[in-house]
Amino acid sequence: MAQIELSGIERVFKLGDSEVHALHELSVSIERGEYVAVMGPSGSGKSTLLNLLGLLDRPNAGTYRLEGRDVTTLSPDEQAEVRRTRIGFVFQSFHLVPRLTAAENIALPLMLAGIAPAERHARVAQALKDFGLETRASHRPDELSGGQRQRVAIARATIMRPAVILADEPTGNLDRSTGQDVTHLLEELNASGVTLIVVTHDPVMGGRARRRLMMEDGRLLQDVREPTPA
Amino acid sequence: MTPADTLRFATRAATGYPLRTALMVLAMSIGVAAVVVLTALGDGARRYVVNEFSALGSNLVIVLPGRTATGGLGLGNLITSTPRDLTVRDAEALLRAPLVNRMAPLSVGNSEIAWGGRLREAMVVGTSGDYVDIRAFHMAEGSFLPREDLGRASAVAVLGTKVREELFGGEPAIGRMVRVGDRRLRVIGVLGKTGQGLGMNTDELVFVPVATAQAMFNTNNLFRIIVEARSREAIGPAKQQLEHIMRLRREGELDVTLITQDAVLGTFDRILGALTMAVAGIAAISLAVAGILVMNVMLVAVTQRTAEIGLLKALGATGHNIRLAFLTEAALLSLAGAITGFALGHLGAWGLRIAFPVLPAWPPDWAVFAGIGTALATGILFGVMPARRAARLDPVQALSRR
Repeated sequence: MAQIELSGIERVFKLGDSEVHALHELSVSIERGEYVAVMGPSGSGKSTLLNLLGLLDRPNAGTYRLEGRDVTTLSPDEQAEVRRTRIGFVFQSFHLVPRLTAAENIALPLMLAGIAPAERHARVAQALKDFGLETRASHRPDELSGGQRQRVAIARATIMRPAVILADEPTGNLDRSTGQDVTHLLEELNASGVTLIVVTHDPVMGGRARRRLMMEDGRLLQDVREPTPA
Repeated sequence: MTPADTLRFATRAATGYPLRTALMVLAMSIGVAAVVVLTALGDGARRYVVNEFSALGSNLVIVLPGRTATGGLGLGNLITSTPRDLTVRDAEALLRAPLVNRMAPLSVGNSEIAWGGRLREAMVVGTSGDYVDIRAFHMAEGSFLPREDLGRASAVAVLGTKVREELFGGEPAIGRMVRVGDRRLRVIGVLGKTGQGLGMNTDELVFVPVATAQAMFNTNNLFRIIVEARSREAIGPAKQQLEHIMRLRREGELDVTLITQDAVLGTFDRILGALTMAVAGIAAISLAVAGILVMNVMLVAVTQRTAEIGLLKALGATGHNIRLAFLTEAALLSLAGAITGFALGHLGAWGLRIAFPVLPAWPPDWAVFAGIGTALATGILFGVMPARRAARLDPVQALSRR
């Protein structure tokens, strides 16, 4: 059984009188531990797909099974629970809370999950160490470089040990070398068994993925798999 | 999210925007301070009046001639329909009431007092020796009128401080003969400084025995009879006894009016109490305005932090978590405002007490609780709408905002 199963997904936005099919008859399944790049021109529906996968949006039709469970029919609170425990988000613009320090930003999902402060501190300290941010723990986002901010964001996305990481143009706001660092970081996480789904324009980054979903006009144009290096 | 975390998160959010939070707290505190100061002022005025009345003497029943009443055909008004004068005999009779402690008749008239070539207009009060105790006056020199038969017109006088100063200056007054009206009276005492009371400035009065005054003004009437009951609880029953005695003396018709000090005091108490409430109500309007300000500030906060709310949702925050966080923030702002306002209000009341030492400007407890309670309630009430709006935000759109 695939980790993620989308079948017959439709997502329609109403813009005034006209209807826009952001996603049309989309069926995809993704296995645990896969490294998938979602590519396509803007307006092709790749961000909508990512939002659906992250349970931030609901399809108008079709079913979405995450780890065998139909998650489209869950209540908002149950969906929040799934987001909290199974999914980690990485955004292009980092989305760090400006008034909180790096350590507090990383601790946000733990706080929302109601994990005891003592365990929280231990896990945040470990994450800061893993991502090389020990000296930055008490810095606010505006005191961090772009690469450091994205590392904080990735640390936050992984602190709950999710099954899936959804990254929306994670290197879009970074220069080339820090972008590569972040890419390596995400790939390391993928190597440890986490499913990694990246939305990107960048053909270089897309080329690194073992599987590419090429999208256009809300449809899946191509599903390219590279043979896994044995 | 645990309550402690919600509280910490809301506190960080409030302190994260210091200017906004300071302005908010200021607005709320002005409202609370207004309630505290204005009720302190109102209640201070009430207490001031009550104290002044208590200084009049305690447990008093005042008897005055005449009565406003609607009567039908009765035995009393068959015989007479005009009120009779209040006489010294009536006053003596009132002393027979068991609950009456002391009594002093009052006969008042204007006359002139002269000594050593100086002449002065003065109000002459004819009374008895007990008056000094009833009003709790103290003597500066000599003694008050002798306790003697009320019919005896002794040729003595007691002067108020001011009269004594004006007439005698630095010279001794006791034992001197003064002329009051057409009589020569010996000064036997001078009252200590007392000030205002019953609408007359005691310092400017001349006291003489009641019979002397009545002879001087050629009348049998009394202006008032002041009766002191044995205790505060006895005032009511004593009043009934007095009415009974008066009725017996007037063939069943009650043609005098009895005023208890309590009734007068109660009226003033009610009027000034109502005034305090009204002032508090006006101050409460500023609290309501502050409440609307809380709502506005929180709505701006929701707009400012849209991306943050989207992020929290992406990280798995439920609508409940977000609603509670924003509501807590609004409550914290109100609480800070209420506490600051409480302190400011007490500072203001303290300032009032310094500026007007006679005014006991202490805010009443109920006003303080009502002020702080209203502040919290409005803050939380007006925080509900922004919090709900935050919780309902669509995460996809919220995240797309930068």
